[in-house]
Amino acid sequence: MTYLAKPKFHHPALPKNALGFTHRDYEGAISTLCAGCGHDSISAAIIEACFELDIAPHRVAKLSGIGCSSKTPTYFLGQSHGFNSVHGRMPSVLTGANLANRDLIYLGVSGDGDSASIGLGQFAHALRRGVNMVYVVENNGVYGLTKGQFSATADAGSKSKRGVVNTDHAIDLVAMALQLGATFVARSFSGDKAQLVPIIKAAIQHEGAAFIDVISPCVAFNNHTGSTKSFDYVREHNEAVNRLDVISPRTPITVAYQPGEVEIVEQHDGSKLALKKIAADYDAHDRLGAMTFLQSHAAKGQIVTGLLYVEPDPEDLHHHLNTVEAPLNTLGEKELCPGSAALDAINAGLR
Amino acid sequence: MEPTNIAVPDYFHKVVDCQWACPAHTPVPEYIRLIAAGRYGDAYMVNWKSNVFPGVLGRTCDRPCEPACRRGRVENEPVAICRLKRVAADFKEDISARLPRPHVHKNGKRIAFIGGGPASLTVARDLAPLGYECVVFDQDPQAGGMMRTQIPKFRLPEAVLDEEVGYVLGLGVELRRRGVDSLKALLAEGWDAVFVGSGAPRGRDLALPGRAEAAKNIHIGIDWLSSVSFGHVSKIGKRVIVLGGGNTAMDCCRSSRRLGGEDVRVVVRSGFDEMKASPWEKEDAQHEGIPIHNYLVPKEFTNDNGKLTGVIFEKVKAERDADGRRKLVPSGEPDQHIECDDVLVAVGQENAFPWIERDIGIEFDRSGMPKVDPVTMASTNPIVFFGGDAAFGPKNIIWAVAHGHEAAVSIDKMCSGEDIADRPLPAMDIMSQKMGIHEWSYDNDISPDKRYRVPLRDKVVALRDIKTEVELGYDVQLALKEAHRCLNCDVQTVFASQLCIECDACVDICPMDCITFTANAPEAELRTHLTAPSVNLTQDLYIADNLKTGRVMVKDEDVCLHCGLCAERCPTGAWDMQKYLIEMTHAGDSCKVAARSAA
Repeated sequence: MTYLAKPKFHHPALPKNALGFTHRDYEGAISTLCAGCGHDSISAAIIEACFELDIAPHRVAKLSGIGCSSKTPTYFLGQSHGFNSVHGRMPSVLTGANLANRDLIYLGVSGDGDSASIGLGQFAHALRRGVNMVYVVENNGVYGLTKGQFSATADAGSKSKRGVVNTDHAIDLVAMALQLGATFVARSFSGDKAQLVPIIKAAIQHEGAAFIDVISPCVAFNNHTGSTKSFDYVREHNEAVNRLDVISPRTPITVAYQPGEVEIVEQHDGSKLALKKIAADYDAHDRLGAMTFLQSHAAKGQIVTGLLYVEPDPEDLHHHLNTVEAPLNTLGEKELCPGSAALDAINAGLR
Repeated sequence: MEPTNIAVPDYFHKVVDCQWACPAHTPVPEYIRLIAAGRYGDAYMVNWKSNVFPGVLGRTCDRPCEPACRRGRVENEPVAICRLKRVAADFKEDISARLPRPHVHKNGKRIAFIGGGPASLTVARDLAPLGYECVVFDQDPQAGGMMRTQIPKFRLPEAVLDEEVGYVLGLGVELRRRGVDSLKALLAEGWDAVFVGSGAPRGRDLALPGRAEAAKNIHIGIDWLSSVSFGHVSKIGKRVIVLGGGNTAMDCCRSSRRLGGEDVRVVVRSGFDEMKASPWEKEDAQHEGIPIHNYLVPKEFTNDNGKLTGVIFEKVKAERDADGRRKLVPSGEPDQHIECDDVLVAVGQENAFPWIERDIGIEFDRSGMPKVDPVTMASTNPIVFFGGDAAFGPKNIIWAVAHGHEAAVSIDKMCSGEDIADRPLPAMDIMSQKMGIHEWSYDNDISPDKRYRVPLRDKVVALRDIKTEVELGYDVQLALKEAHRCLNCDVQTVFASQLCIECDACVDICPMDCITFTANAPEAELRTHLTAPSVNLTQDLYIADNLKTGRVMVKDEDVCLHCGLCAERCPTGAWDMQKYLIEMTHAGDSCKVAARSAA
């Protein structure tokens, strides 16, 4: 952490996006997390993704719960809407906000404690309802704020900083997200922005429930030998299945790909994903195959990363509920109280 | 690209742009920090050691440091380095007790100096405390050279010059009023070494029609300034034309304004932007109501029975020829006649060595300049050294000082029987600035302030008397604020790759996007892979390898604020902020091989 504010000076030749902003314009207050925290890298990746997508900051709502991870929305997108909710209750607040105003981009930021322990139920229901959101879990496997106890995502057999072996089994949030019907599921690593930034961009463009599990080493309590969430362990056991490029509608595809090497996935909003295969037999549209692949590699101690599953034509909660196109918070009294004739018609329909 | 060897003094020296650009390599950030701490005497001594004339230079330096200042690449204007130097001189306590004493035991070596200007005085300052007997010959009654004769007193008060010349003479340096008219004769006197610091004393003339007829009212700029300085001239006509666009021209026109000139104009051949004068000197002249006319080439001095009436100018314009060279061609407009009572010719100055015989082993090149080694300042005669304007033509005071230090090293080594070509590296004092988790022993909170203007004396008062100094200098509060603008570029970001865990914290926090972790590549390619565009190729990339992922850490030094946030955010201490105080080697033990091998 730092006591000084980050100087306002920026590189004189910093690129600007379509809105005339530099990536510095997407920053928030200075982080108070520990020096070297993986979460800060994820914040930087979110900043970069929003910058590259030319997102107007005021069209984003950041929601979080409690924990180190849930502090981070203060540290990025300082001009966006924010809601720091109760522990584990971010998904409910996000769902409510999304129902009230479907026009904003919803960015839920949570941690392994917030989502896999106290908020596990909330996590599950938000995903199975298909809320149109980006749900990021900054997963470090420990409770950092309370000095490093194992969290629910810590692998069985991994060691704490003081040498205690974890005997509980880990909750794999990616496996759960796949099983619960999330239409975009990815895993990445805070130490690999080249992978993480495009995944966040794709998730923002995805019009459905997008879940990203980001392994984010806790430098204070979980970056030692014996940890399975340390920088070294993750780098050694990282099994990336693919590399992603997000092709913006503004810029034409310039890279020539060999056929078969790359799959272009057209998303609902017209944007395109160039999915470059690394694991030849991996199919990112096969939910069942993804689950099997994930489990078999996990059994070997490997951490599968990349865009693991994407549904190109997703449905979301608003679609299921058949709500109107206009955000509910813009509807006036006339639309919301259509009068006794309309009520009579409904009642008649129920007789 | 090869990893950077930070043990080579030049690497981090270059990062301290101001110090690197300064011919004398004055440790600028070091003295600015001392000024901010209110330690004016200490700041003065850092300067005095390096540039000998802090009070003079703080008013008159050509400031090569300021265009180099990193602050100018980060925002609009550099730190006012020059005027902060003046602050150190203005507010220092009595420092006389901190000066070296004249050596009690002379070493038996006698050195003669020709000319008592900044170059000679620097050599003498360096050598006298070592026991050398230094004798300075000058035709003027007082030492100081061009600092006294050519710089008007409204820019440099006599007291300031007297004080600093006095510090040098106080070391036991003897000043003899004697013009040297034969170097051969001087050498015959058996000096162990002779230093020629005679300047560029001849002002160029303009051989135009009417020059001879109107000679009474046409003056050579530097001669006229010298006469003004010594009080031989105290008046000039009401209408004055100054020909030339250099700093001497600016001094001439501003002096004229104070000696009765009411309608003073500067006329230059080329464009306003091409003028040689420093921008601030042009600004000062214009501030005093002196117009600068450009693209006018003088053609003829007009006179009425020997009384100057004006100058005829041909109007020209700039064009590029086929090779892209800029050329002045007649614009075709009718000539312009500007009436005047006096003309000051300030179109450049030249060296003149009629007093150096050509048979004493000193070789000259075709342009009449002596052949001088740019490192050792030695001529082709092994005991004759040159420095200042006498060596390579007109430059400025700080170059003269730089030459002086090098010549002193050469003379000291020569007199000790050492090879003068063996030049010792500068001394490096390296110290971590870490005091605590978020505490550094320097102020790393970057001030967003814009450059503060130096207060000026009221124009009416300033123009009344030629000895009244125009600039008032910063007061203590302004100096503190200006000092805070310094980015402390000598506090270096030092990277230890064996400690790095590649967490990206430094990359994320760096406000200037200086840091990148990427695959190694040749420099040109590497520069295209950086977090922020690498546009300034004159600034080095700092490369470190041996990272676990096999990548390299690349830091583009160009716009680093030295804010230390990379080090504050580093969980393992792989980044540290270390002060590299680089001090040039001066004459004395540190320049000797024997002393260094014993150390």
